[in-house]
Amino acid sequence: MFYRQAGDFKTTYRDDIQTFPLKQDRWGYYIVLAIAFLVVPFFINDYWTSAVMLPFLIYAIASLGLNILTGYCGQVSLGTGGFLAVGAYACYKIMTAFPDLNIFIVVLLSGVITAAVGMLFGIPSLRIKGFYLAVATLAAQFFLVWLFNKVPWFYNNSASGQISAPERSMFGFAVTGPNADAPVRYLFCLTFLVLLAWVARNLTRGRLGRSWMAIRDMDIAAEIIGVNPLKSKLSAFAVSSFFIGVAGALFFSVYLGAVEVGEAFGITQSFLVLFMIIIGGLGSIFGSFAGAAFLVLVPVLLKNIMVNWLGWPTDIAVHIEFMVVGGLIVLFLIAEPHGLAQLWRLAKDKFLLWPFPH
Amino acid sequence: MSPDVLYTIEVILNGLMAGVMYSLVALGFVLIFKASGIFNYAQGVMALFAAMTLVGIQNGQVPFSHLINAIFGTHIHHFGWQLPAIVAILLTVVVMIIFAILVERLVLKHLVNQEPIILFMATIGLAYFMEGFGDLMWGSEIKTLDVGLPQGASLALEEYTLKWAAEGSEYYGMYLDKLDMVAALVALALVITLSLFSQYTKTGRALRAVADDHQAALSVGISLRKIWVITWCIAGVVAMVAGVMWGSKSGVQFSLSLIALKALPVLILGGFTSIPGAIIGGLIIGVGEKLFEYSIGPLIGGATENWFAYVLALFFLVFRPQGLFGDKIIERV
Repeated sequence: MFYRQAGDFKTTYRDDIQTFPLKQDRWGYYIVLAIAFLVVPFFINDYWTSAVMLPFLIYAIASLGLNILTGYCGQVSLGTGGFLAVGAYACYKIMTAFPDLNIFIVVLLSGVITAAVGMLFGIPSLRIKGFYLAVATLAAQFFLVWLFNKVPWFYNNSASGQISAPERSMFGFAVTGPNADAPVRYLFCLTFLVLLAWVARNLTRGRLGRSWMAIRDMDIAAEIIGVNPLKSKLSAFAVSSFFIGVAGALFFSVYLGAVEVGEAFGITQSFLVLFMIIIGGLGSIFGSFAGAAFLVLVPVLLKNIMVNWLGWPTDIAVHIEFMVVGGLIVLFLIAEPHGLAQLWRLAKDKFLLWPFPH
Repeated sequence: MSPDVLYTIEVILNGLMAGVMYSLVALGFVLIFKASGIFNYAQGVMALFAAMTLVGIQNGQVPFSHLINAIFGTHIHHFGWQLPAIVAILLTVVVMIIFAILVERLVLKHLVNQEPIILFMATIGLAYFMEGFGDLMWGSEIKTLDVGLPQGASLALEEYTLKWAAEGSEYYGMYLDKLDMVAALVALALVITLSLFSQYTKTGRALRAVADDHQAALSVGISLRKIWVITWCIAGVVAMVAGVMWGSKSGVQFSLSLIALKALPVLILGGFTSIPGAIIGGLIIGVGEKLFEYSIGPLIGGATENWFAYVLALFFLVFRPQGLFGDKIIERV
């Protein structure tokens, strides 16, 4: 009834190509942003921050990154865990080597370093694709984790082999370390997410994003019409790794505070982020958010139902969680291969015509 | 001979044995990939599940006992019997066949004509599901699997090789695990059986026809769905063999499912569509990683076995994307 294109006149090309062409969508987006920045910080406590909000924000960044590589450029990667680790260790090394550097810049620099490493491991993608590339990215996963485990320089020779984030602050508020407050950590991650989502959205609909999609849809044809595969594949690897590196840096410094590489950045992380973009929707910015939210919330929900409500032992809850997540992946691939994003799109299309669909 | 040479030979032999174990897993991958074009990530979890089922049936565990106890507050764990190994193995085969039929009915049927990468992701989902399901059914603790295979070092070989070393040098004979040798023999028997089956039986010929060309096979009256069930059954049995071997070697536990990841570089070296390729790829990876660990490992901190296979595969891919024996990749617009 109220959700209509009618009456919303576009008078310039700028208006015509904006991200949210519908007035109601635009307002919805501003309201969500306002709530996220101005309302939520006053209401969240430690439990909500560390169990739901921070994992969601950080995995959403990682999903955006992987979605650029896999969803937009069609290069399947199983090395996400390794690149998250690069981001985390780069962040740690920069934090300890330059104590006076602002944490915001540290996180961005970790992203840049990860982008360089990602490009290095992306070179084989010029020769191989599909499963073969997936296996090649496994090399990144296992080699990087091994490297961070074995070379003491990366963890500053600490006895436990762990890295832990020292306290750093912005505008007088502690962002990392044990004294950081929940709202500050939340806002810090949220800022990165909003900025990066904006970048991702505008990259993917520009010239670069179009060349990625051309490569995804058919690389030989794309090459014939003049898309440079070297440039587009490597740039996809670089941008994707930058996002994942930022996510890794936040994961280590803001969310966990101290990590052990094999535990925090193992192959399961790679699969988790891959599942997020499958469930959310390949090649969709909204899908990255939806998938991350879904896979962060489902385990919390299941755990609350089974452990706190039914009183079952934790190990059974974990097994059932595995079954549910695995089953959902298969179900989504069968019923809706384009994920939650497609469901959202369909719902919006229906709603545009409601209540007179004919 | 000097001890150094003998050590190297020992490392190579042990690598060959480890390679055979990788090949056992890779074999299941190749079978399914040839018949249906599906890259079955769940192969490793199938091996784990088969091994768990075998142990559970053998020891008379009650399936889902933890869940039942949690819901009804009971304390049941065992039926209280101990089955002979051969009966347990046969029952496990039956379970794997039921599993194959269920996978075809519930998953594959609905995913016909999807892109290979979608099918690959579906099998990752399947792997997660089975991991949870297996743990829920039989419990997640580490189990010992004993079906009467010989264990421990081969003393005869150790004494025999003791004489090879030069007089007066410190050498204590070669160490080879008896279980590894049995595994090598089993793998050999498996490959011979499989190739005889696919060469000389009607079903085997149908399998090869499907592998060559789905549509042509359909047009001469071969039922694709039946063939897929049969392939998944065979892959299930191969997974069980791999699960029994790995399970007897290192216990039945979660890490067993990760051997699927180790099988990936093996497949890349051998090519996804070649059974001999799977065996030779496995041997190359096995020998390569053991030799690398023995010669260069100590210089750079050890535990190189974690990644050596993948990096080797990576370099290999850059020069020969289709593997040693794979079909040449031809692309058309």
